[in-house]
Amino acid sequence: MFAYTTPLVGGLLIGLSAVMLLWCLGRIAGIAGIVWGAVSAQPDNAWRWLFILGLLLGPFAYHTLAAVPYPTPSTAPWWQAVAGGLLVGFGVKLGSGCTSGHGVCGIGRLSLRSLLATLTFMATGIATVYVIRHVLGVM
Amino acid sequence: MKAFVGLLCGALFGVGLAVSGMTDTAKVQGFLDLFGAWVPDLAFVMGGAVCVTLVAFRFVLKSKKPLLAPRFSLPTKSAIDGRLLSGAAIFGIGWGVYGYCPGPAISALGYLQTNTGIFVVAMLVGMALANRITRA
Repeated sequence: MFAYTTPLVGGLLIGLSAVMLLWCLGRIAGIAGIVWGAVSAQPDNAWRWLFILGLLLGPFAYHTLAAVPYPTPSTAPWWQAVAGGLLVGFGVKLGSGCTSGHGVCGIGRLSLRSLLATLTFMATGIATVYVIRHVLGVM
Repeated sequence: MKAFVGLLCGALFGVGLAVSGMTDTAKVQGFLDLFGAWVPDLAFVMGGAVCVTLVAFRFVLKSKKPLLAPRFSLPTKSAIDGRLLSGAAIFGIGWGVYGYCPGPAISALGYLQTNTGIFVVAMLVGMALANRITRA
């Protein structure tokens, strides 16, 4: 059965957050950009660090108050977390955006650049899982 | 006030990620497993979010300036080049390898799992590496 209600509600909340951030602060809710801005000590940085704090506290509050258990931890070995993290960080910085910056906000602004980036990372993500699961036969 | 908006937007975004299932690596990889046991649920996350931004961004960007800042800080790059596409391609590979993109990885730090911490540190190192290369 497709459990589409919670993904849809979650997606609407993410969209609402992106709209509020643009409306109030004039900023794009791209997590990769916000995180990089925060750690590279951009000027006027307080909102970035607090956004990251909210990103951490929000799920904690949700799981606690709604009594929803945490997702099952990934069974992948540590080196897979290293490889995934390195590639994600390198890729989003080189390509100027991630799922939120290009996907949610960029497409929302009708940016062709963001649409092509989104189609590209979707395609390579799908190809990667295909290779890992159905060619290498792991996970 | 700006800082408070930052906190509120971050919390809203984080709740959205947790509610939607994006902080569950198995679900994300199931969604990307298009040619296997595909779990289509997460299509509704970006679908729902994009529906909101597509409509609301029109109205927001009609105003001269944001409520609490002197101007809109929008991306200025418009070139569709090798850097954009290779970056996106590399990001997608990493996303498939572990199942996290940047937002969910940060949000999932609160679950206190060692691998998530490792992922986030590696992600920051990856960003710094790309920053070095593109600056050189």
